[in-house]
Amino acid sequence: MTGSTAGDLPADAGPSPGSGAGKDRPAAADAVADAHRREWAFVLAATARVAGDLDLAEECVQDAYVSALEAWSQQGVPRNPGAWLTTTARRRAIDLLRRDTTLRRKLPLLVEPAGPGPGAAAGEEGSGVIPDDRLRLIFTCCHPALAREAQVALTLRLVCGLSTAEIAQAFLVSEPTMAARVTRAKKKISGARIAYRVPAAPELPDRLDAVLTVVHLLYTTGHTAPGGGHLVRDDLVDRAIGLARMLRLLMPDEPEVRGLLALLLLTDARRATRCAPDGRLLLLEEQDRSQWDRPAIDEGTAMVRAALRGGRPGRFALQAAIAALHARAPAYQDTDWRQILRLYDLLGRAWISPVVALNRAVALAMADGPEAGLAAISDLEHDGRLAGYRYLPAAKADLLRRLGRADEAAQAYRCALELTANQPERDFLTHRLAEVEPSG
Amino acid sequence: MAEYLILINEDESSYATASPEVLQEVMEAHNRFAKQVEETGGSIVSGRALQPTTTATSVRGDVVTDGPFAETKEALGGFYLVEARDLDHALEIGKLCPARFGGVEVRPIMVFDGM
Repeated sequence: MTGSTAGDLPADAGPSPGSGAGKDRPAAADAVADAHRREWAFVLAATARVAGDLDLAEECVQDAYVSALEAWSQQGVPRNPGAWLTTTARRRAIDLLRRDTTLRRKLPLLVEPAGPGPGAAAGEEGSGVIPDDRLRLIFTCCHPALAREAQVALTLRLVCGLSTAEIAQAFLVSEPTMAARVTRAKKKISGARIAYRVPAAPELPDRLDAVLTVVHLLYTTGHTAPGGGHLVRDDLVDRAIGLARMLRLLMPDEPEVRGLLALLLLTDARRATRCAPDGRLLLLEEQDRSQWDRPAIDEGTAMVRAALRGGRPGRFALQAAIAALHARAPAYQDTDWRQILRLYDLLGRAWISPVVALNRAVALAMADGPEAGLAAISDLEHDGRLAGYRYLPAAKADLLRRLGRADEAAQAYRCALELTANQPERDFLTHRLAEVEPSG
Repeated sequence: MAEYLILINEDESSYATASPEVLQEVMEAHNRFAKQVEETGGSIVSGRALQPTTTATSVRGDVVTDGPFAETKEALGGFYLVEARDLDHALEIGKLCPARFGGVEVRPIMVFDGM
């Protein structure tokens, strides 16, 4: 399908007065790029409703962005770029459906009529109000009938508007592999009839948890890249925070949405200090706290307080509370490890996970000494579920090193190295190994 | 409404060694299932139980062999063809379907153009 031309312009979304009619291509290109970042999810979600098919919706939205560059260069950037793009994309979809009978015969996306709710009012063609379908889109992408890796890929593709090549690169798989993953997931949505809707109240907690898990997974994949020369992949981290902010806007009363956004903000506040200028990994105790992002810490802390207020805090709110205690300690020695340990106990009850147990063991070592932490880690080793998890031998090595048990520490560092592909992390472990290995 | 096949995969040996009371319970669960499906707004188009895989004969080309296509611990033991609004509804029905010695698989029925 080729890009549509400026002749397809919607009449009701014209240029804003005073934006000039000159051929300002660079300004238009900036506006298109900006609209791609800010409006993609809204435009695609609203177009999917009329296109009745995710592939068709994507094509029409891409076409709308192509025609926007031309039209906005000629006529100026419209007052509401999202509405302009949505109207253009939806008209194109309706047009194509009218002309193409094979498209009409495709199994349509199951869209329920827009119910009452924010942005959903009156809403169809003609009223000028476009329903905000972003939540439907993200819940569809993160449906439990799709594999986790498909949920992640679809979310990046459909909600964030990333290309298949970009997603493939982020997850270190080939482009054809990622393309096949995305295609298969879309086919399942139409073939198995996964509905395009926000789940009803009884299913909402579980379904929301899946959405938050996907966003968190995106963040952690970016926070410590699975391989390569850089510790952090800024693009993925920024996308994850953007998604968390979007969810917060769309579901302002969900404590776990607040919890997730707070967790990401508080963790990300340390981003600039996690590596030395030479790329070397810096531990929490070595980081320059004056360089932490104070506004992000303040915003995150306020959000944690709000998320904890409702009672029975969930796993994201509790993780955020732990991150807030770290972020607010004036110096590493001032860290309130007792309180952190108490929060890990609560977290361990809200979320049964060996990774949580490992983090608790580290907090326990800080509160009660390395032996206590080692005992807890030893239990986890026997449990076996963390076999292959690089942070277990790394944490164990650190505690053994602090106890002066150099030989055992060296062995654990070697174990951790075997499991680690991220170069800054490897450098750190190699350095520590050299420190504990008997010279010669 | 769309059609889904619910395939019941269970461990056959558990049925072979089950007490008459357990078999009675299974029978009653299946009888209840039909009513439960209607309460969700769906319906059962048809349903059958299969003889165990020891009675299966495989045919591949002209070659006839004793036994199922693939030996697995859990085998297809029966199915329901149901009507549901969408996958979520079909999965709700799938969760109600009795399968105490295994689980069920929910598969959408393919719809062909012009049929």
